[in-house]
This record gives sequence, structure tokens and C-alpha cells, in this order.
Amino acid sequence: MTGFSFDAVAAILFIPAGAAAILAAMPNYKMTALVNVIASLLTLLAALSLFVTDRPAPGQYLLVDDLNIVFIVLNTFVGFTTSVFSASYIAHELETGRLTAPNLRFYHAMYQIMMFGMNLAFVSNNIGLMWVAVELATLTTVLMVGIYRTHEALEAAWKYFILGSVGIALALFGTILVYMAAQPVVGEGTNAMVWSVLIEKAAHFDPALLSVAFIFLLLGYGTKVGLAPLHAWLPDAHAEGPTPISAVLSGLLLNVALYAVLRFKLLLAASPQAIGPGPLMVTMGLTSLIFAAFMLYRRRDIKRLFAYSSIEHMGIIVFAFGMGGPLANFAGLLHMVMHSLTKSAIFFAVGHIAQVKGTQKISEIRGLTESHPGLGWALVIGVVAIAGLPPLGIFMSEFLVVSSTFARHPWLAIPLVFGLLIAFGALLLRLTGLAFGEPRGGMAPVEASYVPMYSHLALVFAAGIYLPAPLVAWFQHVAGILG
Amino acid sequence: MNGLTFDIAHLLAGSLVLISFMMLYQDRLFALINVFALHAVVLALSVAWQAYIQDAHHLYITAAIALVFKAIVIPVGLHRIIQRLGIHRDIETAVGIGPTMLAGIGLVTLSMVLMLRVTPEADPLAREDLAFALSIILLGLLVMVTRRNAVSQVVGFMSLENGLVLAATGAKGMPLVVEISVAFSILIAFIVIGVFLFRIRERFDSVDIGALDDYRGERR
Repeated sequence: MTGFSFDAVAAILFIPAGAAAILAAMPNYKMTALVNVIASLLTLLAALSLFVTDRPAPGQYLLVDDLNIVFIVLNTFVGFTTSVFSASYIAHELETGRLTAPNLRFYHAMYQIMMFGMNLAFVSNNIGLMWVAVELATLTTVLMVGIYRTHEALEAAWKYFILGSVGIALALFGTILVYMAAQPVVGEGTNAMVWSVLIEKAAHFDPALLSVAFIFLLLGYGTKVGLAPLHAWLPDAHAEGPTPISAVLSGLLLNVALYAVLRFKLLLAASPQAIGPGPLMVTMGLTSLIFAAFMLYRRRDIKRLFAYSSIEHMGIIVFAFGMGGPLANFAGLLHMVMHSLTKSAIFFAVGHIAQVKGTQKISEIRGLTESHPGLGWALVIGVVAIAGLPPLGIFMSEFLVVSSTFARHPWLAIPLVFGLLIAFGALLLRLTGLAFGEPRGGMAPVEASYVPMYSHLALVFAAGIYLPAPLVAWFQHVAGILG
Repeated sequence: MNGLTFDIAHLLAGSLVLISFMMLYQDRLFALINVFALHAVVLALSVAWQAYIQDAHHLYITAAIALVFKAIVIPVGLHRIIQRLGIHRDIETAVGIGPTMLAGIGLVTLSMVLMLRVTPEADPLAREDLAFALSIILLGLLVMVTRRNAVSQVVGFMSLENGLVLAATGAKGMPLVVEISVAFSILIAFIVIGVFLFRIRERFDSVDIGALDDYRGERR
């Protein structure tokens, strides 16, 4: 352990925390947007430095291993691109008067606190600390969802708040049960909550207690992942908050909760007599996938449409991790990365589209490729990617999920493919209306930031064509850890 | 552990479950809040007793938070909010009292059977605390789903959280208990302020969640 390597972890945590304090005190909104971007960029660089520097030895609170580096880098990268998108989005909201300058100060400070909470959840080695970090990230997003203070926004925030709190409560009970299971083996005190200690001794824990604990944790954190039937908060929160927040909710916050579930799944897998976490996760994943696929047909609001698509994809990812095994885990990991990149790119496009058209109703948006080619084509590529068409990255990860399912449990592949096809149909149906035909709605030219969305889409496209060998090796290694 | 300390801990945790049951059939908001205040007082006693028998002094802080914040500050605040909002009429329970009580009995049975079965080797006190705590959590959830009024949902959530604190203090030597109880207090303060703000800004005509459901998630 060198002094410098510890700094990288500290930087990931302290840059957002410090930036939040500065942003809360800064009066000038143009500067705050810039500071927000710079802070996010610095956090990303700190996260990338984790690859090259030595890792700190796992402590009582913090841990860096091969698994969470993937999550941290993805998190800080999308956090950075979203902050770039947010700057142009927010400028427009200020012009139209939907947000005021004090709102923005609050918004930017909250953005950085949210990044702090998510990064802390990823690097925490302590299941209690992880719980606190997830709660912090959730609370800040609740506040940002309600920032427009309209009737709908407040209701969405309230619903998110109540369901999120119940989820938090169940997760805490599960955490307490894990402690109870660990305490006779590890002894009292902080060590019985340290993940790297728990995983070593999990084989000696009381399997029944650990199994019950996992059910509570899956339900609790699963609420945050947006798994059906605990998803009710998700579409509202996505539709009524500012679009940059929809992008980070879908692209990042769902991953944080998923990461927590994965950590506990590993714990359970280390205890041979406990129930297998796989069947539970497979069931919840498939339910979410099929439920969300059907719900896609009835959407009239463009942001809700993509919120349901997020539920669908989280279902696929949880399904893949529930299947387990090197190939399915690899596919799940790849799918998670691809989904985060694609979905946030789609929300970047949708944010500008909703601003220029002045509406989120699908029926009032037509012919985008003609009126706004830059945004329209970004949406087309994004939706084609998210629907799982070749040659983009999501096609590859979905193909891997399906083929690994066929290889091991062929009958499970039937509902999986069924759900994928249903969702595919719904998305393409909506896309043709949105992107092609006679243009309708606002025609004003738009000052959009194209760089974030096209860079995400380019990455997804590149991943579909060719995955670099080191990346494949890394993912295979992580998939191996996930068991 | 001698019999008396065990019996007292058992008595306090059992009373919490009983008071949770009392919440199920309160049909007036003021009465519900008073019962909740009683819940918080008993919780404070229970946590203080745990602090005494475990010789864990930091738990006295948790007990003090429960007493001052949950038994005094929040109930008084909610009383004021209800008066300002003029909603001190009957609670509309979404489900009748009879079925609710039966469901409550079922949930308590479920948690007893589940928790006592999976923890045969644990310390008997922690084991029963855990079973009682799960009962309180499930009863709190039941209060939340059977009420339509935002204030009573908040009360349900707070009683649920009391169950969590009971479980956390029962788990011997668990770290971060004080921090978690502080975090939860902040969360609850946010919720209460939220209820208040909703009304003050005249965004909602009522705090009846049923009215909010008119907006079904889809606008035409």
C-alpha cells in the first residue's frame, strides 16, 4: 500500500464532497455549471487512476477490488458526461423560467452529493456504511426529482420517497440479520460488518439466518433496482424530474442498488447450505422483463417509455446474474455497462427534444429526423441499440444472455426471448412515430450538447463491433469472481 | 443472564408489538399520534434497558433520541400540522378494522415462526428481540398500506423504523446503531417537513393519497 494509491480512493470521495460545499456557496449559475463539470471530470480521472496505482489493502470501511472498479469507472464516466449535458439543459430551463438561480445552486450541490453517495456505496467495505451511502444517494435524488415543484413532480418525489424508505428499511433489517449471522463466528463489533471479513468466514455462518437476510436485502435493494413488483416509483421519478437526473437514475443509481445485491449474493454463494440466490433473482428478473415489456405499449409520455425500458433491462441484468456462471455473469456485466451508456445517451437526446418541442407527449412529437436531424438520429441510434439490434453493443450482450440460457436451462430461454421480442416491438413502434413522418411540434433550432450522447453511442457501437482483448479479460475475471 | 433482566427486556419488546396492534384500530389522527408517542416511549425504555444489560453506553444516545425526537418533537409537530391543515376528522381506513387485525395476527405469527426457526443457536434475548422486531416492522407496513392519509402513512413508517431500532439494539455489539438512528431521524424529519410543505404551498388540495392517485402516471 503506497501513500498515493490511497489518495485515489480519497479523491473519488472528497472531490464530490468538496465540490458540493463550494457549489452550495457559489452565487453565479454559469460558474456553478462549469465547476460541476470540472469536479466530475476530476473524479473521473481519479477513478481511472485506480487502474494504474496500487490498491489499498481492504480496511474496516473502504475496499477497492476488481469488481467495484468497473462500477466506479462507469459511474464517474456517466457522471461526467451527464454534467456536460446538464450544463446545456439547465441553461435552457433557466431561460424558460422553469428553474431559478437559487434552484440551480441547490441542484448542482445535490448533484455532487449524489455522486459522493454513489461512489461511497461502491468503495465501502462495511455493509452498514454501504447502507448509509445508498440512503444518501437516494435522498438527494428524491430532492432533485421534486425540484420543479409542480403537482406531478411533488407527487413523484413523494411516491419515490415512501417506497424508497420502505426499501431502505427492509435492506437495513437484512443488514442487521447478516450481522446477527456473522456475530457468533466473527465476534462482536465492527469486524462483523466488514465485507472482506464476512466473505472469508461466510461458510461458517448460520445458513438459515443468512438466507432470510438475503430475502430482505433482495426486496430492499431490489426496490431501488426497480424490480417488479416494487418498481412503482421509477417511472414517475424519471418522468417528472429534470432529465439529467433521469439519466443518472437509469444509468447509475439502479446500478448502485444492483451492486449491493451482488455483494450479498456473493456472501450467500460462499455459504453452501444457504438457499441459492439464483432462482430468486431469475424469477424477479423475468417478471420485471415481461411486465415492463407489456407496459411499454401503453406509454404516452416519452420519458416514461424509457423508464419502463430501464425496468426491462434491469430485469435482464438481474436475470443474467441470477443464472450465474462465467458466461452469464460476463453477459450481465456487459449488459449493465451497455445499458448505462445507451440509456443515458437516450435521455440526453430526450431532454433536448422535450425542451425544443415543449412537451413530453409521444403523440405530439413527430418527424424528429427532419426537424432536428442531430437529435432525431441520436434517438434513432439509441433506440435501435436499446431494442437490441445488431451491430450495437446491447445486441451482443443480449445474445450472450440468451445463448448462455439456452446452454443451461433451455426452457427459461422461452420467456426471456418472448419478453425481449415484446419490448423490441414496442420500442420500434414508438420510434417510427417519433423519428419519421411529417414534423410536428416546435421547430426552433436547438443548442444541444451533442458530444455526450454521441460519445456514448460511439462507445456502444464500438463495443458491438469489437471488444478489446484486455477489456474482455478484465470482464471475464470479474465474472469469475461473481461465481 | 438472570431471569429478571430477560423478563423485563421481553416485557418491553412485547409491549411494543401490542402497541403496534393498537395503532391498527385507531380511527382518529390525534389518537393515532398519541399511540405512536407511547410506542416511542416504550422503545426508549427498551433501548435504555438494552444499554444497561449490555453495558453499551452509546445506546443511551439512541434511547435519548427516541424519547426526545420521536416521543415528543415529532408528535407535537404532527399535532400542529394536523390542526393547521384542519384534517382532525376520522381516518379513512382503506380496509376494515376486522380484516386488518386478522392480517396483523397473521403477520405476527409469520414473523415468530420464521425468526424463531432460523435462529435456534442465537442468544435467546437477541432471538426474541428479532422476532418481535420483525412483527413490528410488518405491522408498520400494514399500517402504511391500510391508510390513505399521508400523515398516518408517516406514522406507520415511523413505527416500522422503531422495529428496526429494536432489532439493531438487540443485536449485541452492533456498530453504527447510533449513526443509523440519527440517519433515520433525519429521514423522518424530511418526510414530516415534506408533508407540511406540500400543503403550505397549496400544491395539493388534501393530504389524502387517494386524491393523488387521480394522476395515474399517464397524462393525455
